[in-house]
Amino acid sequence: MKISPYKLLVLTSTVLVSILASSCKPGKAGSSVDADAAKKVYVAPGKYDEIYAFLSGGFSGQIAVYGIPSGRLLKVLPVFSQNPENGYGYSEETKPMLNTSHGFVPWDDSHHPELSKTNGEDDGRWLFINANNTPRIARLNLATFKTVEILELPNIGGNHASPFCTENTEYVVGNTRFSEPLDNSNGDVPISSFKQNFKGAVSFVKVNKDNGTMNLAFQLLVPPFDYDLAHAGKGPSHDWIFFTCYNTEEAHTLLEVNASQRDKDFIMAVNWKKAEELIKEGKGTKITAKYAHNVYNENSHTATSTMETATQTLDVTKFPGLVYYMPCPKSPHGIDVTPDGEYMAASGKLAAVIPVFSFKKMLNAIDKKQFDGMIAGDLPVLKYEDVLHGEVKKPGLGPLHTEFDGKGYGYTTMFVSSEIVKWKIDNLEIIDRIPSYYSPGHLSIVGGDSKKPFGKYLLALNKITKDRYLPTGPELAQACQLIDITGNKMKLLLDFPTIGEPHYAQMIPADKILKNQIKFFKLEDNKNAYVTKSEKDTKVVRSGNRVDVYMTAIRSHLAPDNIEGIKIGDEVYVHITNLEQDWDVPHGFAIKGNNNAELLVMPGETCTLKWVPGLVGIVPFYCTDFCSALHQEMQGYFRVSPAGSTVPIKFSIGVNPVTE
Amino acid sequence: MKSLTRVLIIISATLMFGAYFFPLWHILLDAPQYPEGLELKIWLNGLSGNISQINGLNHYIGMKFIVADDFKEFKILPYVFGLLTLIGFAAAIAKSRRLLWVWFISLCLFAIVGFSDFYIWEYNYGHNLNPHAAIKIEGMNYQPPLFGYKQLLNFTAGSLPDTGGFFVGLGGILAAAALFYKPRLSSKNKSK
Repeated sequence: MKISPYKLLVLTSTVLVSILASSCKPGKAGSSVDADAAKKVYVAPGKYDEIYAFLSGGFSGQIAVYGIPSGRLLKVLPVFSQNPENGYGYSEETKPMLNTSHGFVPWDDSHHPELSKTNGEDDGRWLFINANNTPRIARLNLATFKTVEILELPNIGGNHASPFCTENTEYVVGNTRFSEPLDNSNGDVPISSFKQNFKGAVSFVKVNKDNGTMNLAFQLLVPPFDYDLAHAGKGPSHDWIFFTCYNTEEAHTLLEVNASQRDKDFIMAVNWKKAEELIKEGKGTKITAKYAHNVYNENSHTATSTMETATQTLDVTKFPGLVYYMPCPKSPHGIDVTPDGEYMAASGKLAAVIPVFSFKKMLNAIDKKQFDGMIAGDLPVLKYEDVLHGEVKKPGLGPLHTEFDGKGYGYTTMFVSSEIVKWKIDNLEIIDRIPSYYSPGHLSIVGGDSKKPFGKYLLALNKITKDRYLPTGPELAQACQLIDITGNKMKLLLDFPTIGEPHYAQMIPADKILKNQIKFFKLEDNKNAYVTKSEKDTKVVRSGNRVDVYMTAIRSHLAPDNIEGIKIGDEVYVHITNLEQDWDVPHGFAIKGNNNAELLVMPGETCTLKWVPGLVGIVPFYCTDFCSALHQEMQGYFRVSPAGSTVPIKFSIGVNPVTE
Repeated sequence: MKSLTRVLIIISATLMFGAYFFPLWHILLDAPQYPEGLELKIWLNGLSGNISQINGLNHYIGMKFIVADDFKEFKILPYVFGLLTLIGFAAAIAKSRRLLWVWFISLCLFAIVGFSDFYIWEYNYGHNLNPHAAIKIEGMNYQPPLFGYKQLLNFTAGSLPDTGGFFVGLGGILAAAALFYKPRLSSKNKSK
């Protein structure tokens, strides 16, 4: 066959063009995995992780505790959702924790864990977290890792900008994602009357510095925007707290479009110190409000729920100098204060820049009183140029949240371009970027929102998982990446799945928490109303159709273990005291057919399980936590007789040959 | 009596006095499930340590509960030991070699009686097991060692002197030294 030079030319050029074309396709970023990643995340068997990471459970309503750098799940802590695993929210002692002004709410959407701070540093005492759906703030004791307090917030819908704390945890705050009419007003209004009838309310929850107890000190009534996130100042900006607002368009329908019209929304700067003084001077207005305050006492191992009836408010339009607005591009999400308290990085999620505001310039602009108009008649808007330190240019797409490493750098998540961007605070230059898998919302650096970041590790908390792990049907695990930030360039160390949804996390060096750990509860300190401190005191008491069983658990028996005289129509309350006084010897308790969960009772603790027997017959019960070699023997029987039966209450346990 | 001897006696008796402030002996228990270990500390006048945990475990093998009140020794020991210490001081003050001999022999007797008593208790705890216990192993006894280590099922039991015991032991050695140690020049420098 003869090939003409012309044909040859066509052929060669076709081949060349296709080679060129394929090599011109924009390539994906090369691997950013640290060559020593395996070594850096390996924690040898029996060794402890360096860091505790508290990841919010998002729509699970809980908190998940992970060890870093290994990424090992240590525990899921129940907060806003019932937990049948240990009886939280099912036991009589813990049911009051989930009480609200709407009654029992067994679930919520927990977004932002916040470690308590002293002098702007994480102190490892308490962990706060917000409930987004039915507005609440919870406090966990980090000595026991138990939820010990939940405070409902009135007058708001969607407690999203919460529970960020001030420099010494003087206050934790809550702010509304959904503005709505105040609770004490007639809420039966047309939704289209948004601008007239809807309000925002910023809650300042005072935290007792000795025992952590929370109370709603006051609420600021603010314009009906959507408030997204917040952060308090520190050092020079100690007295201030900053909130991002979107939907300053005040739209009430199709927000996707209608709340994205303005070129700029706002950062709301609140002088909380001034608000505190005004309240002290009696300038607040007391309004009726109904909200639950639930406290778990760790001596009685019992929660009580109190319904509060009023709160103090300050209408910010009536008190000049309390609130200023700083224009911020396009629906800002995060507002994050640098460790020195001088700069505030805001992330307009639809913006093409990251504006960084200067606190000093903000004060100057306030002094000069050169405002860029007013909101709601009286609330000054500062000029963007006057308060701006500068903009991080072309950071990526969809900036959401920033934290700091304490070495002069900020790290911002880019939701849309799915990456983390490292930039320098002083000259706002971009230093590095690393892909994230996929679409990170928040990120977390150890101590990254505090005055003294520990640095070293960064967690990217993603919204999309796709192909990262073995698939588990349409509903996938959640994704999270651990990144080494010790060098100039960020290095990916580990990619690990989490429970849903790792919305935000706080990380703290383990030694700050380890030193306060409690191994078991002292039986002698147990003040539960139904405690049984010795097997000799076990009993079954009937009063009407209520039967109280005072039961003890110790390896390897429940006492009493033969109980007769229960009748259909009875409500049986089994109060179990775990008599063990040793580390890691919980006992469980479950009853066949009980329309309830089980209990896990820690050593020295008393828990109560309610049971309403439905069928006549013999009903077994047993210990569910494999406690000892004879755990399978740790069981007993109820005898349930028909209603009106004359079988007397009777309880016993066989004679134990080896006792004191 | 030479001043060196007297100094030795005083140091020895003072060390022994320390037994009132520190435990004499301890029994350590180590098992896979108890990496942190359990301990029973024996004092002149009682017991301390993880007694309830140890009792909790011992009920499986039918060992009698260890209760400090069962030991009459703890009521007598502080006095007996006090008397012993006083004899030491008396010997030094009175410069009496005879008293020193009395003291030394009493100490030896105390050690012999003490260890025998300890052994008997250990023997009884280890052998007198309740026949209804959940765990019964043919031919197995749970007597802890008098001194040193021994494997008891999943536990390694160690029986060793504690701080107070070291004080007393050192005191005993010094008492012996006071009695038997003769400096070379002693024959030419007789004490008054």
